[in-house]
Amino acid sequence: MKFMLDMHDKVRHHFEKGGKFEKFWPLFDAQDTFMFTPATTTSSGPHVRDALDLKRVMITVVFALFPAILFGIWNAGHQHNLATDGAAQGIMPDILMGLRYVVPVIIVSYAVGGIWEVLFCIVRKHEINEGFLVTGMLFPLTLPPTIPLWQVAVGISFGVVIGKEIFGGTGMNVLNPALTARAFIFFAYPSQMSGDAVWVAMSGDAVQGFSGATALAIAAIAEPGVPLTNALTDAGLTFKNMFLGTIPGSIGETSTLACLIGAAILILTRIGSWQIMAGMVIGTLATAGLAGAMGTSVFAQLPPQYHLVMGGFAFGCVFMATDPVSSAATGIGKWIYGVLIGMLVVIIRLANPAYPEGVMLSILFMNVMAPMIDHYVLQAHIRKRKARYA
Amino acid sequence: MAKAKTIILDPLSDDNPITYQVLGVCSALAVTVQVQTAFVMCIALTLVLAGSNLVISLMRNMIPSRIRMIVELSVIATLVILVDQVLKATAYDVSKQLSVFVGLIITNCIVMGRAEAFAMQNNARDSILDAVGNGGGYSIILILVATLREIIGSGTWYGFRVLPASYPGNGLMVLAPSAFLIIGLMIWAQRTWMTKKFEED
Repeated sequence: MKFMLDMHDKVRHHFEKGGKFEKFWPLFDAQDTFMFTPATTTSSGPHVRDALDLKRVMITVVFALFPAILFGIWNAGHQHNLATDGAAQGIMPDILMGLRYVVPVIIVSYAVGGIWEVLFCIVRKHEINEGFLVTGMLFPLTLPPTIPLWQVAVGISFGVVIGKEIFGGTGMNVLNPALTARAFIFFAYPSQMSGDAVWVAMSGDAVQGFSGATALAIAAIAEPGVPLTNALTDAGLTFKNMFLGTIPGSIGETSTLACLIGAAILILTRIGSWQIMAGMVIGTLATAGLAGAMGTSVFAQLPPQYHLVMGGFAFGCVFMATDPVSSAATGIGKWIYGVLIGMLVVIIRLANPAYPEGVMLSILFMNVMAPMIDHYVLQAHIRKRKARYA
Repeated sequence: MAKAKTIILDPLSDDNPITYQVLGVCSALAVTVQVQTAFVMCIALTLVLAGSNLVISLMRNMIPSRIRMIVELSVIATLVILVDQVLKATAYDVSKQLSVFVGLIITNCIVMGRAEAFAMQNNARDSILDAVGNGGGYSIILILVATLREIIGSGTWYGFRVLPASYPGNGLMVLAPSAFLIIGLMIWAQRTWMTKKFEED
């Protein structure tokens, strides 16, 4: 490491003000602070000495994503082999096949998004942020494995530029950039982002009669009379399968278990807010329970816990809703924010057949509301203190 | 003559009614899915604008200032209904596509804004030039937005196919929010590159 540090210090002056490569300072700075503790100190109080800076926060999130990534790679291959050959092929062939579909998507997401990021850093002269490491990984995990790569490129460009950079970069964005990117692709190219055909990557001719419908799609068109759990079981979507994630779906979203491991990492390191996650689960269970008691449709009668394992709920709850920039920041605000997302998820799923998945839309909607929630929580706090000392 | 030049040219770029004054955005969102509807809308708005600016400028010394808004509104409303009827008689299909938006020119802030801000203080000739300039500025943006939306969204321009039939289209560009995005990007570009000084930020 000493040798690396010497090397960095030797070329540092080229990048500093007046140096040859002054324009590329953000690139050098990113590399430098990624590997070594920055020498800069805060110029005004409060001075907190802590090894945890923004870069370590972001890299921890990427670590927390690993179970979902690895499982997603295996599952993409597993579903492909299951659909194409009609039988499971064993772990290694599944993983190799999954890598063929997932790795290009991740590479395109990082490369294209990274170019925009660097471009804005150089023009705007701010430092490159590890926030993009998370965005660039979150986005591919929310896509179906069959997504055309050019759409990945268009999506991440939209997410980084419109979702983040026009607001001033990391820390200033109102919306979660990864979800903004997904929403763009969802509305722009619906035939590659929804329906029954996109969730399982298949080569050649599909097996006759094979349907890759997701649980939410089945739920949205369920016939009255038969309990939905039966219809789901018929399609191979038991609660256990949906919890483990061995079902067709977006790359990283199928496994509730993998997301729970990620949640444990985020909560233990205190990087993700457990209040938001808990609030979202409570909101969903309560609303689904209420719908079950009052609603008459088959979907409304679905046991509430199913909502937690269907679609992108677990992934959105653990990794998207807890985004520290776009979520509410005050203590009570986090609870309100989480509960409202959970309620909206069920409402969108039950009431709007056009959008089978409500998690993305409800998180984006509450992203917009988060500053208002924080504002009123703070105002209430100020009023309370005023009354106390009046 | 120099004054006439600025009256016409300013609203085309630096003082554009949509990207600088941010007026008339409602119709820019609604009618820009296709270039054809946008084009007809531009003509309709420019005609109404010219008519209202001319009439109000001629009447400006007779209008009591306390009821000037109502007078302006009735002039504009008369012209809009005229344009709407002519459209229905001559280009029925387009007028159906434009539906209420021709009628809504009455509430288009550009028309009222120019009447209030310009025609009430200036003579008839300048007022017509001002209407041409502002109508032109509105039209430039509308046609640009519609061009982008129709080409990216459906792969056609004015109904003619410009991208190969295999082009998948873009569902978002057909929805109204995309016009917001495009106009936003235009305002961003204008504020970055145009010379005019904007408010300090």
